[in-house]
Amino acid sequence: MKTFVNKNKIALLLTLVFAAFTIVSFVFDFGEGKTIFNEHFFPFFKEMILFLPVMFILIGLGDVWISKEKVEKHIGESSGMKGTIFVILLSMAQAGPLYGSFPVTYLLWKKGASIRNIFIYIGAFSTIKIPMLTFEIGFLGWKFSLIRTLFTLPVIILIAIIMEKYLKNKKFEIHNV
Amino acid sequence: MKLLLLIALVCLVASFIADRKKTLTGILKGLKMFLNIMPTILSVLILVSIFLFFLPNETIVHYLGADAGPMGYIIAALIGSIALIPGFIAYPLAGMLLKNGVSYPVIAVFITTLLMVGILTLPIEIKYFGMRIAILRNILYFIGAILIGGAIGLIYSV
Repeated sequence: MKTFVNKNKIALLLTLVFAAFTIVSFVFDFGEGKTIFNEHFFPFFKEMILFLPVMFILIGLGDVWISKEKVEKHIGESSGMKGTIFVILLSMAQAGPLYGSFPVTYLLWKKGASIRNIFIYIGAFSTIKIPMLTFEIGFLGWKFSLIRTLFTLPVIILIAIIMEKYLKNKKFEIHNV
Repeated sequence: MKLLLLIALVCLVASFIADRKKTLTGILKGLKMFLNIMPTILSVLILVSIFLFFLPNETIVHYLGADAGPMGYIIAALIGSIALIPGFIAYPLAGMLLKNGVSYPVIAVFITTLLMVGILTLPIEIKYFGMRIAILRNILYFIGAILIGGAIGLIYSV
C-alpha cells in the first residue's frame, strides 16, 4: 500500500484535486466544472472502467495459461513473416484505447515475442483494429480506410524493424508497471 | 465491447473448469496490474478532459476549416498528436469536419496523428516502456503519421 502511494504520488494528488474540484463544481453549480466532468471525463472514465478490468483479467489468464514455448515459436525471434502476419491479425481483432495495448505487450514480451512483433502489435492495434475500421468506414468512407490501411501497414512494419535494430544490443524490458 | 465480455466469460468458465487455482492466480494477477496502472490512467484522462474542454469541436472545425491553408495541416498534426480521443468520438468529429468543408488531406493528417501519436498518454507508455523507448516510438510514429497523411492527401488531390 505504501509503495503504491509512493509510486503514484503525482497521479493520486491530481485525481484528488480533480475530485474535489468536481464536487465543488456540482455543489456550487459551476457550469464549466460540470461540463468537464459530464461531457469529457465521464465518457472516458466509463470506457476505462468497463473495458480495462475485463482486459486485465484476460491478460492475467493468458499469463497463467499461455506457454512461453508456444509464443516463442509463433511470434518469437525466428518466427519471420508468419509471425508478423499472426501478430497483425491478433491485434486487428482487439478493441479499446491505445493504452489498453501496453499491458498486452507486457504479456507478449514476457512470453518471448520478438521486439519487432511487439512493436508491430502496437502499430496495428493503434491503427487498423477492425472495430475501429468499421467506424471509420461509416464516417469517412471505405476508400479512405482502404488507402490509409495500405499506407499504414508498411510504415508500422518499417518502424518495428527500426526499433528492433536500435534495441538489438540494448537491454529491452517492458515493465509490469 | 459485448464481444469482449463474451470472450472473457468463455475464457473464465473454461479456465475455471480446467484449473480453479490457476484461474484465481490469473484473475488476481490481472486485477493487480489494473490497480497499479489505474492512478496513471485516471490522471491522463483528467488531463485529456481539461484539454478537450478548452478545445471544443467548434474550435477544431474553425482552425482546420476550408480556408485554413497550410496552417490547417500543422494544427491538425498538433491536435492529433497531443490528444487522446477514442474512435467513437474522433470519427464523428472527422465526419463533422468533412461536412464543414475541411479537405480529406487535412483530415488524414488529423486521424493518423491522433491514432499513432499520444503525447498526453506518454505517462502511461513510459510506465511500461521507460522514457527513452516511449519517446522514440512517438517520434518515429509522428514522422510515419505525417508521411501517411501526406500520401493520402496526394491521392485525394489528383
